[in-house]
Amino acid sequence: MTTFEAILLTIVTASTPLLIAAMGELVTERSGVLNLGVEGMMAMGAACSFAAAVTFDSTLLGVAAGMLAGTLMAALFALLVLGFAANQTGSGLALTIFGLGLSGLIGAPFVGARRDPVAPVDIPVLSDIPMIGRLFFEQDLFVYASIVLTVLVGLYLTRTRSGLTLRSIGENHTSANALGLPVRRVRFFAILFGGACAGLAGAYLALVYTRFWSPGMTAGRGWIALALVVFAAWRPGWALVGAYIFGAATVLQLHAQAAQFGVPSQLLSAVPYLATILALLLLSIRHGRAIGAPGSLGAPFVPDR
Amino acid sequence: MRFELTPRTNASVGMRVLASVAAFITAFLIAGLVIWIMGRSPVAAFDVYVLQPLSDPWAIQELIVKATPMALIAIGLSYCFRANLWNIGAEGQYVIGAVLGSWLALKTHGTDAGFWVLPAMLLLGIVGGALYGLIPAFLKTRFGVNEILTSLMLVYVAQLVLDYLVRGPWRDPKGFNFPQSVTFDPAATLPPVFEAGRVHYGAVFAVIAVLVTAVVLGRTLFGYRLKLTGDAPRAARFAGFSSRATTMAVFAISGGLAGLAGISEVAGQIGQLQPSISPGYGFTAITVAFLGRLNPIGILIASLVVALTFIGGESAQILLKLPLDLTQAFQGILLMCVLAADALVSYRIRLTTRGGGK
Repeated sequence: MTTFEAILLTIVTASTPLLIAAMGELVTERSGVLNLGVEGMMAMGAACSFAAAVTFDSTLLGVAAGMLAGTLMAALFALLVLGFAANQTGSGLALTIFGLGLSGLIGAPFVGARRDPVAPVDIPVLSDIPMIGRLFFEQDLFVYASIVLTVLVGLYLTRTRSGLTLRSIGENHTSANALGLPVRRVRFFAILFGGACAGLAGAYLALVYTRFWSPGMTAGRGWIALALVVFAAWRPGWALVGAYIFGAATVLQLHAQAAQFGVPSQLLSAVPYLATILALLLLSIRHGRAIGAPGSLGAPFVPDR
Repeated sequence: MRFELTPRTNASVGMRVLASVAAFITAFLIAGLVIWIMGRSPVAAFDVYVLQPLSDPWAIQELIVKATPMALIAIGLSYCFRANLWNIGAEGQYVIGAVLGSWLALKTHGTDAGFWVLPAMLLLGIVGGALYGLIPAFLKTRFGVNEILTSLMLVYVAQLVLDYLVRGPWRDPKGFNFPQSVTFDPAATLPPVFEAGRVHYGAVFAVIAVLVTAVVLGRTLFGYRLKLTGDAPRAARFAGFSSRATTMAVFAISGGLAGLAGISEVAGQIGQLQPSISPGYGFTAITVAFLGRLNPIGILIASLVVALTFIGGESAQILLKLPLDLTQAFQGILLMCVLAADALVSYRIRLTTRGGGK
């Protein structure tokens, strides 16, 4: 394997958790709910998946635990914003603070443990194609799952009745409610889906990307996933493009650090964050304010009686 | 099972105070449950977290020291949150304020520069925090970029700037390669309020900020304008209030106060620059602002209450071997309880078990 191939492979690994988390948040936001707790749900997913994977020596159980943790966190958020009609921005921040703290507690006994690499799934024949073969057809299962997820979410939102219902609720919850659409029920499941995806993204980070647990290991990836949704103008295809651009930026800055160009490492470490700001800025300059944002995004819903 | 919400038309001040107290008690009960699940005694934890710090005069000083930065930052955030603007990057503005103020301290280090150094440092701290806070405000007002994400991303950038400086150009050459700056000269140190005490003048700044804010929010046109912008943005536009000017103003104020908190902490408490100068005060201040119901006096009280969780968390780590992360988890629970309690004030909530889901 050439260095070039190796770099491309790591870009895929770095992009996948961003894509999975962004896809979950995209569905949540399309239903009109802004969940700023992605970072916290992801951290919980990482801690719980790693704890379960080490305890039971099973990647599968680890992934299940990560997704369950993300879903439970999301259910807590749903209780606040749907049950109590609490402020969504504040509730999401609270979820992040809580998740970062609790994940530290859960992960503490597992600091220092390591997991073996997850075996890649080799698609015969296709993976023998030079250059792109290994890149596209010899990845771990999560990578394929993330692509399938993107396609399914895209089809769901545009081609199914349920997807259209979800979008109309996100655009205008008052009208949707007047039409008799179950606003809070749909939002509840959209929030849970977002949590499960964030948990899965966290599980991927802990079980495949780093293969160990350390507190704060999500390092802002949940926030970058949130930015990706805005960057993608709430469309799944563009979220895929965005995730790979950010993944590439992350990996290339790591290689630049290793190559020691005489540039301070901190400057290179800041690249993903600065790139996020720049991407949001360029998008806003091109399209004006918040293009594609669901109309009811972030507004609490209280049914009229 | 479903929740039914009916808006309340008249919510009294007493109810709002009661809601904060109820939120705090609920958060404590949940935290107690978590500790019990972890196999420790909640009673012992309550003793270490709350009773011991409050019964020890040294710890009470420590309480004020910890509350100072959070009160300053939360007061600033209350301007933003009242106008429904989300500055969640106070941690970064705190760091940049500390960095800019410390620049002068390091520049004048070893010289016999006089009394002007400290006031100039504090001023630089305010300016640094305000300018850093104005970046997301400018991007929002000029280009419509979401302020939540930009202000948060800038926190990571600020922490990396500080990390670079203390490991690189600003490292103490005689510091045995530790990543820290030289210790500030007495002229660049914020003195204690009482002799031989630990409470520095930052606490006085916090009290001044509380009093000024109480007047500004309650008695001036600017205060009314913030409330109107937050509660009824359309009405604010019809009244001729520019939302751009409001956005810039509140970010400058909150950034400036966060910067003041940063330089006060470094010059009054730490005495030098280190890679980490905050245990997350900028984020915890969000909880403080909401727990204090965005009211200046409320925030002052809330900052002392939340400072207790920091001190309790430190002693619980030593005495009960409870990880420090428990403090952060508790602060998250606390914020959730406060927001839920908000809903209890604004709506009557009934849990009905029958009927279709809405």
